[in-house]
Amino acid sequence: MKNLKMMAALGLLLASTGAWAEYGLNMTPGVTEFSQIAYGLHMKILWICVAIGVLVFGVMIYSMIAHRKSKGAQPAQFSHSTTAEIVWTIIPILILVYMAYPATKALITMEAPRDKADLIVKVTGFQWRWRYDYLNEDVSFISSLDAESNRVRQLKSGEDPSQVKDYLLNVDHPLVLPVGKQVKFLLTADDVIHSWWVPALGWKRDAIPGFVNEAWTKIEKPGIYRGQCAELCGRDHGFMPIVIKAVTPEEFEAWVAEQKKSAVAGRVQPIADQS
Amino acid sequence: MSSVAHAEGHDHKPEGFLDRWLFTTNHKDIGTLYLVFSLTMFIIGGAMAMVIRAELFMPGMQLVDPAFFNQMTTMHALIMVFGAVMPAFVGLANWMIPMMVGAPDMALPRMNNWSFWILPFAFTMLLSTLFMDGGAPAAGWTLYPPLVLQGGNSFAFAIFAVHLLGISSIMGAINIIATILNMRAPGMNLLNMPLFVWTWLITAFLLIAVMPVLAGGVTMLLTDKFFGTSFFNAAGGGDPVMYQHIFWFFGHPEVYIMILPAFGVVSEILPTFSRKPLFGYTSMVYASASIAFLSFIVWSHHMFTVGMPLGGELFFMYATMVIAVPTGVKIFNWVATMWKGAMTFETPMLFAVGFVIMFTIGGFSGLMLAIAPADFQYHDTYFVVAHFHYVLVTGAVYAIMAGVYYWLPKWTGHMYDERLGKIHFWWSTIAVNVLFFPQHFLGLAGMPRRIPDYSVQFAEFNMISSIGGFAFGLAQIFFVYIVWKTVKGGKPAEARAWEGAKGLEWTVPSPAPHHTFETPPEIKPDMIAHPSNAH
Ligand SMILES: [Cu+2]
Ligand SMILES: [Cu+2]
Repeated sequence: MKNLKMMAALGLLLASTGAWAEYGLNMTPGVTEFSQIAYGLHMKILWICVAIGVLVFGVMIYSMIAHRKSKGAQPAQFSHSTTAEIVWTIIPILILVYMAYPATKALITMEAPRDKADLIVKVTGFQWRWRYDYLNEDVSFISSLDAESNRVRQLKSGEDPSQVKDYLLNVDHPLVLPVGKQVKFLLTADDVIHSWWVPALGWKRDAIPGFVNEAWTKIEKPGIYRGQCAELCGRDHGFMPIVIKAVTPEEFEAWVAEQKKSAVAGRVQPIADQS
Repeated sequence: MSSVAHAEGHDHKPEGFLDRWLFTTNHKDIGTLYLVFSLTMFIIGGAMAMVIRAELFMPGMQLVDPAFFNQMTTMHALIMVFGAVMPAFVGLANWMIPMMVGAPDMALPRMNNWSFWILPFAFTMLLSTLFMDGGAPAAGWTLYPPLVLQGGNSFAFAIFAVHLLGISSIMGAINIIATILNMRAPGMNLLNMPLFVWTWLITAFLLIAVMPVLAGGVTMLLTDKFFGTSFFNAAGGGDPVMYQHIFWFFGHPEVYIMILPAFGVVSEILPTFSRKPLFGYTSMVYASASIAFLSFIVWSHHMFTVGMPLGGELFFMYATMVIAVPTGVKIFNWVATMWKGAMTFETPMLFAVGFVIMFTIGGFSGLMLAIAPADFQYHDTYFVVAHFHYVLVTGAVYAIMAGVYYWLPKWTGHMYDERLGKIHFWWSTIAVNVLFFPQHFLGLAGMPRRIPDYSVQFAEFNMISSIGGFAFGLAQIFFVYIVWKTVKGGKPAEARAWEGAKGLEWTVPSPAPHHTFETPPEIKPDMIAHPSNAH
């Protein structure tokens, strides 16, 4: 009986997940080729796991209902079957190969050497801000948690985070990027390891002091995309968000020109003065 | 010492408290010490989890400073891994392995005493860092540099504590290997041993192989911090990523150190309550050994985002996926063991079945995490937190609980209260799923792990998760009460406490006398736990 109740509860849960879809239950497909690859793989493997789970747990639950001593079941005495064991070694291998094939293809796509970048952005993580340098444009700035979030997130601030727009996911200076262009990121860090992650781009990459990591993106749709530092980096690790403002190439050109005009004011200060 | 045959009720227990517990060389008493110590650490580590879940109950910082929050996540993990789960399995091994192989005690009883009594000192040292200048380590249990080197001088205490834990584990492992290989009763050949003994034998080899690697890694941290070396400092020509390779070369086998003995416990319990031999004994042994081997060649799946060459990513992805094959064999064998049995569902069986189902869920998310291109998204999110709590809480901890309920009659001579045991199981199982299942959603929706505060879009699931957390914590206080009640009294247990139980440990009275098998038992076929194999 308990099992039946449990199954009913499980069914309800599964049914209600559909209704919850808008409340952030699942990975989102994102706005780049890579994010769509990651999403597609995620969904594919999730459903394979669900199918295997339904099968295995189904057999188990059936057995727990049917083969009970209280129902007068007599225990069988078999203890091995070479055929069965070969079958449930071979079938998982085949399923794994079926999973590995698209995963390999995806990795090869994501890691393929690219020769031409339309834009190179150097990303430097430090406690607890991001610094962006547009390498060929002579534009750089530091991007920190927005002032309002920062006020409300103080211990016992007594303020209601739900009144803050994009609480903890907003910055003072977003990273402005053009859509439809190959952007190359060079990621590094000044103090400890950070990890630069915007889910809509489909990857995160560690920013490591003394190393320069490379990553690529081509954003397909204008919009605001938010993310966070994903590698524990000290006290305020939870408070170094990332915001990308993806705009059309024309708007981007205009933005760059404007940055250059106010270059003296916008010129980044040495990091030592910032902390 | 005791060539005299034992009279009933006279079994040479030392009289004084210190003689009995501090100077003990008795495997059963040391087993008890390990288990009590583990339960204490489980409660302390659990209290830290409650602090974490309370701060995460709703958005905004209400209770603790973020720096203290980081100390809590770090210490919670260190205590649960090294203080709760590992000592619990060593405790089970101490109690059960000599009785299961027909040995009078562990092979090296004095070392056994020492390997236990190191632990209270190690954890006193580790916990005392909470009250020191600079506080406890706060860089996560992985202790990644350079962050971990930013802590105060209390860091040295944490490192020495880890060294002591390593020494204790290695001595425990040597003892277990020596016992299993040298002290088996005649007729108890290797392929007659219970699976719990087999999985522990393999685990012990893993421990000896990887604890020194951890010790080496943390020693390099120590010299980087205090003696001016630059092993992990890029500015001095070192490499912070090298630490991650060293750590995970220890860390991945470590997760199997925590789960292989669990496989063993469950493989003892399922046949008992299915009244049917374990299915595929030999393949269970081979599967355990292949999992152990594979665990050495997958470590970089924890590092897909540090920037690896394509070849490295492919290798570690494939190797990790391959682990699903022997793990699958185990799960299918367990299901086949239950199939056409005559099952009853006493508390140990409930926990064992709960283990199989929920460990498998953790296995599925593990398989998803192995897929490198998707891991670029999953890595360091709550999806990972959900994954490893499914395999460690509803995996390892559930197996420990199953084992405790299963062997408690043998240890205490009393049956635990079955009704309370069942309440404990259902209460824990509902709570633990409310606690950890929503964390999958949080991770997929983009919540990073190890953050003390979050964007309001994550509020609902965090609140649900925290409620589950409090309920689960409370259920374990209830567990302590059940165990206490059983120690104090209860229905007398028979030698063979469970109808379907097989194996040598059930041939001695309950409670097991202070000394068992002083002369080797004569092994008859019905004393072998898994006679299926006796071709
Ligand atoms: Cu960071
Ligand atoms: Cu691993």
